[in-house]
Amino acid sequence: MNTTAALEIEGLRKSFGDHVVLNGIDLSVGEHEVTCLIGASGAGKSTLLRCVNLLEPVDAGRIVVGGEEITRRGVDVNRVRRRIGIVFQAFNLFPHMSVLENVTLAPKLALGQGRGEAEEHARALLDRFGLSDKVEAYPDHLSGGQQQRVAIVRALAMQPRLMLLDEVTSALDPELVAEVLEVIAELAAGGMTMVIATHEMGFARDIATRVCFLDAGVILEQGPPEQMFGSPREPRTQQFLQRIVNARRL
Amino acid sequence: MASEGDRRAGLEVDEPRRSRILGALGSGGEGARPVAIALLSTIVFLVVVGVVITNSPGWPEVHKTFFSWSEFKSSFPGIARAFLLNCKIFLIAECLILPFALLIAVLRSLPGPVFFPLRALAIAYADFFRGVPTILVISLLAFGAPALQLSGVPSSVVFWGIVSLVLVYSAYVSEVYRAGIESVHPSQEAAARSLGLTRAQTLRKVILPQAVRRVIPPLLNDFIGLQKDTALVGFAGALEAFNQAQIDVAATFNFTPYLAAAVLFVAITIPLARFTDWLIARDRRRRQAEGLHA
Repeated sequence: MNTTAALEIEGLRKSFGDHVVLNGIDLSVGEHEVTCLIGASGAGKSTLLRCVNLLEPVDAGRIVVGGEEITRRGVDVNRVRRRIGIVFQAFNLFPHMSVLENVTLAPKLALGQGRGEAEEHARALLDRFGLSDKVEAYPDHLSGGQQQRVAIVRALAMQPRLMLLDEVTSALDPELVAEVLEVIAELAAGGMTMVIATHEMGFARDIATRVCFLDAGVILEQGPPEQMFGSPREPRTQQFLQRIVNARRL
Repeated sequence: MASEGDRRAGLEVDEPRRSRILGALGSGGEGARPVAIALLSTIVFLVVVGVVITNSPGWPEVHKTFFSWSEFKSSFPGIARAFLLNCKIFLIAECLILPFALLIAVLRSLPGPVFFPLRALAIAYADFFRGVPTILVISLLAFGAPALQLSGVPSSVVFWGIVSLVLVYSAYVSEVYRAGIESVHPSQEAAARSLGLTRAQTLRKVILPQAVRRVIPPLLNDFIGLQKDTALVGFAGALEAFNQAQIDVAATFNFTPYLAAAVLFVAITIPLARFTDWLIARDRRRRQAEGLHA
């Protein structure tokens, strides 16, 4: 492992009651890498991402982001989260705020940016992702694809060093998936370090630097996408991908 | 975008249902015909009720003791003056209840074992003051507290009446707030915290605005109850509308002054109810309009 890894996870364990969700995860993500987490629902993809954002306390193991261990005692979770953006499956926009307010809230409160600075930055980002005509709109009046793009912009407005995307297209109507994937592809092209939990195998194959197959709380197999989708070694991985192929999703 | 059209359509389908629930009288798009029908059926109903009542055997006697126009005219100005005290009590109490109840609700929703004492205190408070009849609290405080003869503490019945109403109504209103807080989905908190907002910032900017907006109707419902309950302070001796009416009744043996007092209360509470509906409708309209123009 090199010292410049954006994210390093060692022996991460997490249970909910008796239910073991993460059973010893080891993962290293380099700067500007795009890591896709694949696997069946319940394999632990979302929980892994939530742990990295400290939304879930971990039971054991270490998470190191940009050289700093964020799982140690007494860490300032708010400071850690400012550097890590997360985007959720269900968008989770703030419904009582306009798009602009959604995007500028955290920069103003958590980064202490002035209103003018935050709004200028937000407008530039919204413009970049084709949302400049939605600045004053409320989330209720956006399509799912637009809402998810706003959610991505909201996370980007904090200028994170690492982005976590948790099945961001799973709640979208099929025809709206592409616009969101385009945004992610643009981020990847711009060098954003990302960890992406996804069911979009074609997308993972195109965009990922590396693909990790999660099964029963461990990373059973990982490698470059050509290898993972072309010649997976593990029977469980082969089984999973075969089911995806049978469902005509790959 | 195709799906945007679908969503709009979905909203419109939703619209009549919501309007009916909120009881918005002027929900747009209605033609003249439904209004005319509603008006006609109301008139017919009122006429039938009026005829039945005025033809009842006891009507002449009831008419004289409860609906005496001359009694009404002579007692109304005095009761109306006294009613200003009800309004004053109401307004002062309300301004204290809103922040105080919010504080109680926030205390009660604090997570973690550290805050257990505060949570327990908030729960005990809400349980106690919702359990004791308002009139008892007023009697205890209005008669008991001044007897302590504490220096610097007012001994007026009105002061302690307001204190009692604030204590009792804050217990109810805090429960309304709490329901609102709990109705905000946890994913909203997760989203706010994931952006690096502190717990307090999340509460102030994300949770509470949504919670309060959702509970405005039940909140105003409690306001209406409070406006009525200001009459209980009269029971302890304050010269407000109900007490003034009682005095007039005792002087004339005619019950019409009660009716005058009732008219005054209704004159405040009904507009309050309509105002509630208007607020909700306006909020919804505004959000929709801005969404559509954008």
